[in-house]
Amino acid sequence: MILDALIAGLVLVAAGWTLAARDAFAAVIGFVCFGLLLTLAWARLGAVDVALTEAAIGAGATGILLLFAVVRLRGGTEEVAAATPSPPQRIAAGLLAAAIGIALALAVMLLPDPAPSLAAPAMAELPAFGLGNPVAAVLMGYRGLDTLLESVVLVFAVLAIWSMAPDRRWGGVPGPRFPRAEHGPLSLMARLLPPIGIVIGIHLAWAGADAPGGKFQGGTVLAAMWLLAWVAGLAQAPAIASRRLRLVLVAGPLVFLAVGLAGMLVADGFLAYPPAFAKPLIVLIEAAMTLSVAAALALLIAGPPERAA
Amino acid sequence: MMATTPGGALLVLALTLPAGGMLIAFVLGGRAAERVAIAVLAAGVLVALLIDAAVLRASAPLVYLVGGWPPPLGMTLVADGVSAAMLLTAALVLLATALYGRATQATPPGVTEARAPFAFWCFLLALAAALAAAFLGGDLFNLFVALEMLTFAALALACLEGKPSQFRSELRYLLFALIGSVLYLLGTALLYGNYGTLDIRLLAAARRADLPTLLAGALMTAGLAAKMALFPLHLWLPPAHAGAPPAASALLSGLVVKAAFVLLLRLWFWVLPPIPAAAAAPILAALGAAAILVGSLLALRQARLKLLVAYSTVAQIGYLFLMFPLVLAGDADASSRAWLGGVLQATSHAFAKAAMFLAAGLIAARLGHDRVAELGGAGRAMPKAVIAFGLAGLSLMGIPPSGGFTAKWLLLTSALATGQWWWALVILGGGLLTGGYVYRVLAGSLTAPPADHVVAAPGPAGPQQVALALALVSVALGLLPLASFGLLEIGRPVIGGGR
Amino acid sequence: MTIYGLLGAALVALGLYGLVVQAAVLRKILAFNLLGAGVFLLFGVVARRGAAAGLAADPVPQAMVITGLVVAFAATALAIAMALRMHQITGAATLAEPADE
Repeated sequence: MILDALIAGLVLVAAGWTLAARDAFAAVIGFVCFGLLLTLAWARLGAVDVALTEAAIGAGATGILLLFAVVRLRGGTEEVAAATPSPPQRIAAGLLAAAIGIALALAVMLLPDPAPSLAAPAMAELPAFGLGNPVAAVLMGYRGLDTLLESVVLVFAVLAIWSMAPDRRWGGVPGPRFPRAEHGPLSLMARLLPPIGIVIGIHLAWAGADAPGGKFQGGTVLAAMWLLAWVAGLAQAPAIASRRLRLVLVAGPLVFLAVGLAGMLVADGFLAYPPAFAKPLIVLIEAAMTLSVAAALALLIAGPPERAA
Repeated sequence: MMATTPGGALLVLALTLPAGGMLIAFVLGGRAAERVAIAVLAAGVLVALLIDAAVLRASAPLVYLVGGWPPPLGMTLVADGVSAAMLLTAALVLLATALYGRATQATPPGVTEARAPFAFWCFLLALAAALAAAFLGGDLFNLFVALEMLTFAALALACLEGKPSQFRSELRYLLFALIGSVLYLLGTALLYGNYGTLDIRLLAAARRADLPTLLAGALMTAGLAAKMALFPLHLWLPPAHAGAPPAASALLSGLVVKAAFVLLLRLWFWVLPPIPAAAAAPILAALGAAAILVGSLLALRQARLKLLVAYSTVAQIGYLFLMFPLVLAGDADASSRAWLGGVLQATSHAFAKAAMFLAAGLIAARLGHDRVAELGGAGRAMPKAVIAFGLAGLSLMGIPPSGGFTAKWLLLTSALATGQWWWALVILGGGLLTGGYVYRVLAGSLTAPPADHVVAAPGPAGPQQVALALALVSVALGLLPLASFGLLEIGRPVIGGGR
Repeated sequence: MTIYGLLGAALVALGLYGLVVQAAVLRKILAFNLLGAGVFLLFGVVARRGAAAGLAADPVPQAMVITGLVVAFAATALAIAMALRMHQITGAATLAEPADE
């Protein structure tokens, strides 16, 4: 109870810092701290898979993205001051936000007790998949369509970001050419961490079937390792015209889609699994998806092509 | 209990064809993407027709249990009358836009792959998949993912030309859209906490009027209204739609906004309990009325053609909100008419507005500018485009015969029948104002060109024919007898009767 | 439980305020992420309340949050890419209309 209050208080402070900090860089750092503290909150709420995902994607990947951006998006203070709403407008916005917050808090407190829950049915049907992690069963089984759609959204987001490049850069390579780091901490980290990180990432993805983890968490670690090597100049970004790159990106969603459609012939329907082969099929999809998610996350952070191939 | 109905597999096809098509087009790249897109979109029209036929034949919605898991644990794809009609509308408008795009988004010769054409074809397919998911989804969270996909696809299409001013308008659109999505998501959190499921039909059976439900309803309505650019949250739409390439504008105004509308229908008539909904509906309709009047007045004053058409979208969307108090008024016959009128407005506006934007794009390309005051000579240079614009305008004004006329007439008579005559006044007023700005454009186009006028060389005939075809469909919808709209009644929740 | 529910509501309010009031696009995106975190936290509270069958939390809302986190990341990436491009072309870091348009 005290621990929860402490965590909640720290999260609020971090959130306030993110909003109130004068310098954008400080705000982004505040946001990363916010994300990490939030991970603790998720662990306290008993949602370990979510805690892992929040740490990896919410704090980690989003943080990297924002840091890459903040060094480039320096706005002049006059421009920002001119565009800031006037005090009466700010008060109105504040009142509206506060009203919504209070209404929300009330509504949450008025939710029915005992709370309706799908935990029991989810656990009851779990043996059909051969999985030990009920969240994985929901993501890949009961609500597989959500995951399928979201994996397509990821591929699409990569294409959308690529399309924002100028015409002449199309087909080129994302990001600047980072000089090869030979000395210093970056060079050390970029040589030591990736092998370990790759193993951890694969393990996280693999273990997700029966324990907290899965393709998003594992994929993020893999993406982070590649990004580290890239920033240290030890790895080069592929050209966006590369067919192999595009195949890697779509492998996950395509395998998922193919297995799903096959389910219409050999199992109960679209996105259903034949009971005997459910776990191997799910592991196959997860493997392909881990690769695609890693590629997509890395490319979303790397940005549109900036150099000729 | 729910089960997959025969023909349900078609619903899966409607979703997986464009989704798979996009992935394949992405890998194949270059010109192959265009071929894949046209093939998939043509197949999409076929699938939509089959779905409509199946729904009509069964006189009941098609249901598909995804993964074989029934709700509340699993989720469904459902095609009722509204879904089927919107799916067919979307399929036709998408195919038309693709055919239009063959001329304007062709990969230049000698280049394996160019940025804008390649992206265009992939975005079209992604949009098709997202629209299918939005129209057919039976689970509120699944609809959230569909809504996000739709937002990204719409955004990417609108930014395609890479104009600097467009990035700012689209960023504003993105922020509005993201607020809308987050408010929607917030509502679903409350609903799940309250009911333990997000399946629309299960919620319809279990709904009750308590604070979490009502707050969820308010939040989700605000979010969806932001996505539909309901007054006063309409400021992002005109620059975003006007600055996009014509094909994108056609899809944005014609289809993307309608997906949010279908979600709003699901929310108000399935998820929210009828009595509070009936009490709150006049607020929505009042905002809609304001949209009609303000949007049309602003459209009258626009100097640029594409902005005029975009403000017209703001106005025409307003009509959709008039149906809410009319359907919930309690009179069965008026309720049915209002329902029909609202959905028909959505479909005929989709065709008409797409035709208008495509025509406006053609005129602007030919004349080199889109200033309304200097449209002289457009009628002689591009007669088909101007006729398309005119016919579409007829539908928007509500002149018979046209889909727009039937829709507005249904709403009008429903308003009079339920004693809510003030909405009838708004409809009439809106029609007059619409006539005003349509006349401005037509009159301007039919005058003689100024002497020093330089006109670009004529382009291929295909795009003009596409625009004309879309406009004709919008008119043809008005020639169908009312009985043929029985499709739209299938699966409609009857207020007071319970389903 | 109530603590995290209140935290979620507070984050939603803070995020909404920041999104509307902050001028720089990057700060708006940060505020949007705060707002999203608040919404997800509310899902988490709902999940915790649904603890049953030996689980600490209902797995369905947890799965929804994971999906939501990924989608929110994609949205953030898209917004950042647009903001960077806008800045690259026009030098602007806010959504204010430039004086000459």
